[in-house]
Amino acid sequence: MERRTFLGASAGIAAAGVSAPALSQGAAARTLRVIPQANLTSLDPVWTTAVVTRNHAFLVYDQLCATDGKGEVKPQMAEGWDISQDGLTWTFTLREGLAFHDGEKVLAKDCVASIDRWRRRDPFTQVLWPNVAELATLDDRRFRFRLHKRTPLLLMALGQTQFPCFIMPERIARTDAFQQVRETVGSGPFRFLRDEWNPGQRAVWAKNERYVPRQEAVDGLAGGRVPRLDRVEWTIITDPATSGSAMAQGEQDYWEYPLHDLLPMLRRNRGVVVEQRLTDGTYGICRFNTLQPPFNNPAIRRAVAMAVDQRDYLRAVAGDDPAGWGVCEGVFTCDTPLANEAGSDALKTHSIERAKAALQAAGYNGEKVVLIAPGDYPQINALSLMTADIIRRLGMNLELISADWGTLIQRRASKEPVERGGWSIIHTTSSGQSLALPVFHLFLRANGNDAWFGWPDVPEVERLRAEWVEKGGDPAEGRRIAEALNREAMQSMYYIPLGYYWQPSAWRRNVTGVFRAPATVFWNIGKS
Amino acid sequence: MFAYVVRRVLATIPVMAIVALFVFSLLYIAPGDPAAVIAGDQATPDDVERIRQSLGLDRPYLVRFGSWVWDILRGDLGVSIFTNLPVATMIKQRIEPTLSLMIVTLCLAVSIAVPMGVVAAWKVGTWIDRMVMGFAVLGFSVPVFVVGYLLAYVFALELDWLPVQGYTAFSQGFVPWIENLILPAVALGSVYIALIARITRATMLEVLQQDYIRTARAKGANQVSILFLHALKNAAVPIVTVIGIGIALLIGGAVVTESVFAIPGLGRLTVDAILRRDYPVIQGVVLLFSFVYVLVNLVIDLLYTLFDPRIRY
Repeated sequence: MERRTFLGASAGIAAAGVSAPALSQGAAARTLRVIPQANLTSLDPVWTTAVVTRNHAFLVYDQLCATDGKGEVKPQMAEGWDISQDGLTWTFTLREGLAFHDGEKVLAKDCVASIDRWRRRDPFTQVLWPNVAELATLDDRRFRFRLHKRTPLLLMALGQTQFPCFIMPERIARTDAFQQVRETVGSGPFRFLRDEWNPGQRAVWAKNERYVPRQEAVDGLAGGRVPRLDRVEWTIITDPATSGSAMAQGEQDYWEYPLHDLLPMLRRNRGVVVEQRLTDGTYGICRFNTLQPPFNNPAIRRAVAMAVDQRDYLRAVAGDDPAGWGVCEGVFTCDTPLANEAGSDALKTHSIERAKAALQAAGYNGEKVVLIAPGDYPQINALSLMTADIIRRLGMNLELISADWGTLIQRRASKEPVERGGWSIIHTTSSGQSLALPVFHLFLRANGNDAWFGWPDVPEVERLRAEWVEKGGDPAEGRRIAEALNREAMQSMYYIPLGYYWQPSAWRRNVTGVFRAPATVFWNIGKS
Repeated sequence: MFAYVVRRVLATIPVMAIVALFVFSLLYIAPGDPAAVIAGDQATPDDVERIRQSLGLDRPYLVRFGSWVWDILRGDLGVSIFTNLPVATMIKQRIEPTLSLMIVTLCLAVSIAVPMGVVAAWKVGTWIDRMVMGFAVLGFSVPVFVVGYLLAYVFALELDWLPVQGYTAFSQGFVPWIENLILPAVALGSVYIALIARITRATMLEVLQQDYIRTARAKGANQVSILFLHALKNAAVPIVTVIGIGIALLIGGAVVTESVFAIPGLGRLTVDAILRRDYPVIQGVVLLFSFVYVLVNLVIDLLYTLFDPRIRY
């Protein structure tokens, strides 16, 4: 019996069969016990892009502006902003009463320093920054951007969720962007209790009594961030079956990323709620190394894409329930303004036989295909094994390498031929947020050596991307460019979109106020 | 004896030096790059390189090794690449749960396995012997995580006698401490019990054939004193050896057990550090494990003199 099968069965029986325990009392009722998606190892959301660190940062830090449920950017720490008539001067004003956890007032100079550190690491802002002539403090509550040309996307960058701009005290924000900050002082709704931090076991936050939330109702990440709990305690439980049992027994209140295998069992437990809280799906991709044979030939890449049926991949990752996943045969996030399937014919073929014929016509000559699968990432591993199966069925010369994630991310940087430690195919996943617009769509970039691993070189894609940055504010133009981009990407097929799956969360029924958001945040949540 | 202990303690120094060299070299040549883990998917190669430089990972092998050894000689195990916390602090945070788990497992295993082995040897060929041996085979065959899940299901979820997961520090009371450790200790101890019980049985069978046992019986000594005073004492040397060797088994098993029962011990710290390539933490923990193992062997050697007065150092 495989370990995963066994744990699924045991946790399943447990989750289904155990009645709900008595409700917590007193202090326990004001503490939310959370099983996070990963271990919180670093505390600096600029230094690392780890999602778990970003979630920690949402507790501790505040943002100037944030994205609401409709994807619009709304003021958060900012009272508002004025844009000059020519669009070249943006003046932000901070709300009154904002204070850091150490008691110091939040000043405009803190915002300027924080933006300056963050923009050095955020790829989106790096694209826009050449348009910025100056970022300067005006007084304690106001700071100003002066721009060389109109840059409406700047607001989107400041309010983004993918790599949020969190505000730290100036003295901390002056740390080099490539060094980790040594203090965790924010102005957000919760304070981080460093003394209780035991990486790999526990991280704890306490309510920031001095926090002044906005008066508006919570809406996505915008609106009032009201801390309703005295403490938020994360316990790192690496074993999914143990996490399932802890939820069933009421030893934990909230599980951020339950394993898909365990969802049916969790749903059968009357004490547990399982719902889709995150507003974006997780998208899988299959990436080719375009520098080395055989995938330096676009026709061979397209031939492989013809054999792909996204539904097979998504079932392997998220199970048979079609409500848990969705087919998305284009490069942009489905159900967003730029989503389209122009030119996605190869991806809609779904035929091994036709793919075989196309492969032969493309001149495949038995070159070795090295596919690296990360055994310690169940979802990405499942995607990798599906592609391996397709490659085998196509009669290609496959070498499947099972490695851990740490090995994979090092080896994927190699541009060498496969015989000298290179690779042919890797897989990864990404939040739908990061694939919605060309400006930060990592996998779409095709600027050769500077592109993401696989290093595709398609000048037309880069030209269209630059055009979108220039004209993206116009919906009709933006749409036209997005269709052209999809067509180009599908023609070059340097990566295959594999659809998306939903990652639900689970919480005890006595947890109240859980709302949909693009990130896991804990304000407005309480316990009855 | 004292001179022997001093000699053995001094002998740990070259052993530790070899372990240090081996661990450092292995990590140096092993694939993986913490800078790439930190930088994330969206980082450019320049970003990764800058992080690598800031962590000092771009320095030559000898420089890095020399600096690490120099720090260790000054009692500094370094700082975790990810958490920015001193490795010594991280080990300190994790040592109590692992030590507690090992001690409880050891006590539990020895107190169950030795009598089992003795009784099996005494009742050799009977159903009792067969049951003990059957249990031993089962203990060897069933993986620790399966035993762990079964125990958690029965005793935590069905009967609600014990918690599913977690660890409570000893300072918060004996009862909550032991409550959290019973299931992991039984799970981890299952292989260990099987091992000790089999060795005890085999050694006891050999000893029970000796002339002096026959003489003791002829003198009218009762069965308990024959088994536990005469026979077991003479069978103790191989049993103690196996108990000592088994500590390495426990260290390995603790990794899985700590994961199944969410115990924040050194095993999980090691696995997490390996997966992220947190070199200072891996090096610190492996050095610690090696030191403990060398120390356990020394204690075992010294225990021989207690059980067999013919052994002299």
